[in-house]
Formats: sequence, C-alpha cells, structure tokens
Amino acid sequence: MSPPPSSMRTPLSRVRGYGSAKSGTEHFIQQRLTAIANIPLTIAAMLIVISLIGRNHAAVAQILGSTPVAIIMLLFIISTFYHMKIGMQVIIEDYVHEERAKYALLVLNTFFAIAAGFSSIYAILKLSFGV
Amino acid sequence: MAEAKGPAERPLSPHLTIYRPMLTMMMSIVHRITGASLYVGSLLLAWWLLAAASGPNAYATFQSAASSFIGRVVLFGYTWALIHHMLGGLRHLIWDTGHGFGAAEREWLARANLVGSIVLTIILWIVGGYLMGGLR
Repeated sequence: MSPPPSSMRTPLSRVRGYGSAKSGTEHFIQQRLTAIANIPLTIAAMLIVISLIGRNHAAVAQILGSTPVAIIMLLFIISTFYHMKIGMQVIIEDYVHEERAKYALLVLNTFFAIAAGFSSIYAILKLSFGV
Repeated sequence: MAEAKGPAERPLSPHLTIYRPMLTMMMSIVHRITGASLYVGSLLLAWWLLAAASGPNAYATFQSAASSFIGRVVLFGYTWALIHHMLGGLRHLIWDTGHGFGAAEREWLARANLVGSIVLTIILWIVGGYLMGGLR
C-alpha cells in the first residue's frame, strides 16, 4: 500500500474523500451489546455450574438438557463466544502488524470461536434432544 | 491504519514505557489479559459440555481432571478471570454512558473491580466446596 517514492501527495490527501469504511462502529456496538447480554447470562451460567458441582453424570446430563437450563446455556454460549471472537480480533489487530501473520491469526480466531462455540452448542442440543 | 505509512518517519506519541504504573492502567491491561485467558478457558467449557453429552466415562475423566490439584488451580483462575472481566466490563459500560471519569471515581471503580473480583471468587469457591460434599 505504500505510495511510489515519486509521489508528492501527502498521506492525508490520498485518503481524503474516501470517507469511512462505513462499518467502523459495527464491532464496537456488538461488543457492548454482547457485553450487556453476557452479564445476566454469565451470572445464570455460574449458578447453573455451581448447582451441578459434585453431582453425578446422570443428574448433570438431565439438568443441562432440561429446557430452561439448555436455553440459558445456549444464549450464554452464543453471546460469550461472539463477544470473545470480536475481543480477540481487536487484540490481534492491535499487536500483530505483519500482514500475513495478522490475516492468518484473524482466520484462526474465527475458526476457533466457531468450532468451540458450535461444539458447545451441539453438546447442549444433544443433551436436550436425548439422541 | 497500519498501511497508511507516508514517506516521512514521524515521531510516535508517548507510550507505556514513559508512564509510571498506575492502578487504572494496570486494571486496563488485566482486563485484556483476563479476556484472552477466558478465550483459552472456553475450551474447558466446551470440554465439560461435550463430556456431559458423551456419557459417564467421558464425564468421569473430566471430573477427575477438574478435581485434581492443577485442575482446581486452573478453575480457580478461570473463575477469578471471569468475574474480574465481568466487573471490568461493567466499569466500561458505566464509562460508555459518560460517567465515572473523575479522578476519585476512576480510583474507586478500579479498587472495587479488583477487591470485588477476589471476594466474589472466594465466596463462590466456598459455596462450591460446600456443595461438593453434599450433592450426588
């Protein structure tokens, strides 16, 4: 992206008129939206986890698969994993400046969040539907 | 904007290295570190849920790992990171409304975040330890 050395234009003049990328605040807003959702969902998930401590597998499977607990856990997983994906993206963009490494990590970040998130969702659905 | 480098090498604004460490600064760094830790810790959540969905043997493996000494240390750290990041997030949501930026408020919020996360983590573990013996 660096200009030819002969260019007399300043960096400002080269970008002036392009406007914003039109999506600059999207992640900012989604980060806050999921943050707000995460507070009640995390408190609920922590209460669920505490209530399951020390119980045997049959009891844990039954409680995790019950409708209200499963719905809370699914909402918790979706909101936190999305929040986590955006958050790690910001960290990568802040610290990794080498282009190839940055894009490789951004791709891995998305893959990780989706793989871990959907594995968790699958587990809850399996317990709920009893298959 | 990393690519928008002009031909001239311009000076950078003062950064971390010249500032005396302050509580609010350290809490900002810790917020990011706990967030990144929770990212890795999400694997524990996925493991726990998949173990529960897989059957008694897989769940027993998870339980023995979770109740080992290292497992407990990791889960204690995970609990603290989760609560610290949640309280830190609340602090950020308060700031998003434009409140809490005064010097005294900043300090108070930072201390409440740190002390609150430690106290809540210990309370949760006392409750958890009590339940560990009781339920089946």
